[in-house]
Amino acid sequence: MRASNFIPMRVCNHFISLKLFNSKVNSFRSVTVCVIGSGPAGFYCTQHLLKLLPTSSIDIYEKLPVPFGLVRFGVAPDHADVKNVINNFTKIGSDSRVKFIGNVSLGKDFKLQHLQEAYNIIILCYGADQDIELKIPGEKLNNVIPARKFIGWYNGLPHDQDIPINLDVENVNIFGHGNVAIDVARILLKSVDDLRKTDITENSLSRLAESKVKTVRIIGRRGPLQVAFTIKEFREILKLPNVQTIINPELFENTESILPDLPRPRKRLTELLFTTTRKSQTTAQSDKKLFIEFFRSPTKFTGINAVNGVELVINKLKNLHDISPELQQIEATCQKEYVPCELIFRSIGYKSSKVDQEIPFYSSNYIGKLRVLPGVYSAGWLSTGSTGVILSTMSNAFKTAYEICEDIKNGIINDKEDKPGYNYIKKILKKEGKITVDWQGWKNIDKVEIERGKYRNKPREKIVNVSEMLEIGGRAE
Amino acid sequence: MKYIPTNKFIQSRSLTTTINNLQEKEKSTPQYEVTFVKKNGERIKVTCNEGDSLLDVVLNNNLDFDGYGACGGTLTCSTCHVILKKEDFDRLPDTPTEEENDMLDLAYEYTDTSRLGCQIRITKDLNGLEVCLPSSINDARS
Ligand SMILES: Cc1cc2nc3c(=O)[nH]c(=O)nc-3n(C[C@H](O)[C@H](O)[C@H](O)COP(=O)(O)OP(=O)(O)OC[C@H]3O[C@@H](n4cnc5c(N)ncnc54)[C@H](O)[C@@H]3O)c2cc1C
Ligand code: FES
Repeated sequence: MRASNFIPMRVCNHFISLKLFNSKVNSFRSVTVCVIGSGPAGFYCTQHLLKLLPTSSIDIYEKLPVPFGLVRFGVAPDHADVKNVINNFTKIGSDSRVKFIGNVSLGKDFKLQHLQEAYNIIILCYGADQDIELKIPGEKLNNVIPARKFIGWYNGLPHDQDIPINLDVENVNIFGHGNVAIDVARILLKSVDDLRKTDITENSLSRLAESKVKTVRIIGRRGPLQVAFTIKEFREILKLPNVQTIINPELFENTESILPDLPRPRKRLTELLFTTTRKSQTTAQSDKKLFIEFFRSPTKFTGINAVNGVELVINKLKNLHDISPELQQIEATCQKEYVPCELIFRSIGYKSSKVDQEIPFYSSNYIGKLRVLPGVYSAGWLSTGSTGVILSTMSNAFKTAYEICEDIKNGIINDKEDKPGYNYIKKILKKEGKITVDWQGWKNIDKVEIERGKYRNKPREKIVNVSEMLEIGGRAE
Repeated sequence: MKYIPTNKFIQSRSLTTTINNLQEKEKSTPQYEVTFVKKNGERIKVTCNEGDSLLDVVLNNNLDFDGYGACGGTLTCSTCHVILKKEDFDRLPDTPTEEENDMLDLAYEYTDTSRLGCQIRITKDLNGLEVCLPSSINDARS
């Protein structure tokens, strides 16, 4: 019923928004727009722009042969419901005004300058796909793994399929107190049988089945009031069967008095952490243990070939009076600690790459500005840094789309000049003999993945190899 | 000319039957009214069936709220956030569950009378309900 409603809806909404918009801005012409990156930011920008500028055409360029960015390659396999946003993205991608061009990278296959020749408006949404490093000795030892790569590995990201990870170990440390760290811990601690029916790759599933991991420590440099993970993710890990979560109660000695003044999300999360400390004291019969540890920064990873431990320095809060508890900063003490462990994940955030020298970065790890250059805009994690859930990315993308329309209205963007759009870029790609994947090509890949999944009772078996993807969905320009 | 039933005919006949069935259903289940108020003051009044969630109401009436209901009502996105009047909030038959509260913690413009639309079901008591949408969801700014 809902699905069949969709077509009339689009026609009708299209009409309404056209009317609405024309009543305000008479000079709107059709503008050629390109979006770089097909994650949530790219799709939500496209959705909102189609509504605000109904006569525009939008080309979405994607580095990988397949769309959806971190929804496909980041969001955990056991968070299938989160991936329902793909249904909406699929409607957007199927719109006749939208063109998807997969397997092409800005900075590699063409430059920003080419896009400026081809389009009136360019929206950079290529995310944050590099790791922030700890920059301490031992970071290159075997079995020190960036969380980003581990996640790419179990989610089928083609270039992360060969990570040299040894799961034949018992003790794991994860550095960072964000949702990504919780995801990594959950995948390591969850029973493999509970992962079998997800879209996790078959290869990682069989490797995880042999994992000997028993103890996971998630270590953060600040305290319980400053954690970045959200309550939903934390509650989920508390509910894992056969896993006991342990937090040191001493850390909460003075928090009760602060609680009433905290903002609601922080208050609820702190209460849950506090309740967990009490439960930690009862001895449960669990095979696996998860420790959440605070006020510790790694200073050195030790080992000869593979890592065998970590030196930590103990931090304390500066307790600055004019700063809210959530934003308190830390300073190192002279106390040190050594923790043996055989596997380490670094999970202290992602940063964006400067894929073209012409793209200015106003912050060290991301663009940090919505208006990047005349006619060039940014949205999503590339624009804001790697924080926030899909909801925040959506809201940010809508804002970018809105500001673009304001700029057109105010004559800031040159929409008078007819731009050649994809025809211009196509010539460059053709000269290079580039194979691209269009929306139909992606649908062919999608179909094969779903078919393969059926044999294993999974929603899909992801193809993890670019050349195989191109064989199914690619075509020469 | 001899009449040959085609696939198309059969298809359209079954479609008509479905539509008739639906109309029957609509006749038998009571219809209620719900009003959505956008940040710019625009009011959208629609009808719905007994037991529909506010997310169903948005979808069934093809309301064009960009991004609304991204996770399809599975309590994993909080894009379906609505703000109720105090008296309506108080007369809802249930209070938010722990899971709903966890998602509400992520909602923008959270208020003491915020709920997630996918968790509110319309019953006779709630006929005429009026809810506000936060600005991050709708296109008030356009
Ligand atoms: C491990 C992990 C788990 C998460 N889990 C959740 C969750 O459960 N719920 C939730 O709400 N949020 C979750 N998030 C957050 C969510 O994924 C982000 O908010 C969102 O994906 C950011 O969208 P984006 O479009 O800015 O970036 P991305 O999703 O990263 O999209 C960027 C796209 O650009 C492409 N690209 C990169 N370089 C180029 C180039 N040079 N040329 C062309 N294209 C390029 C990339 O391939 C990618 O497809 C998670 C994030 C991570 C990292
Ligand atoms: S629709 Fe996602 S939480 Fe309600």
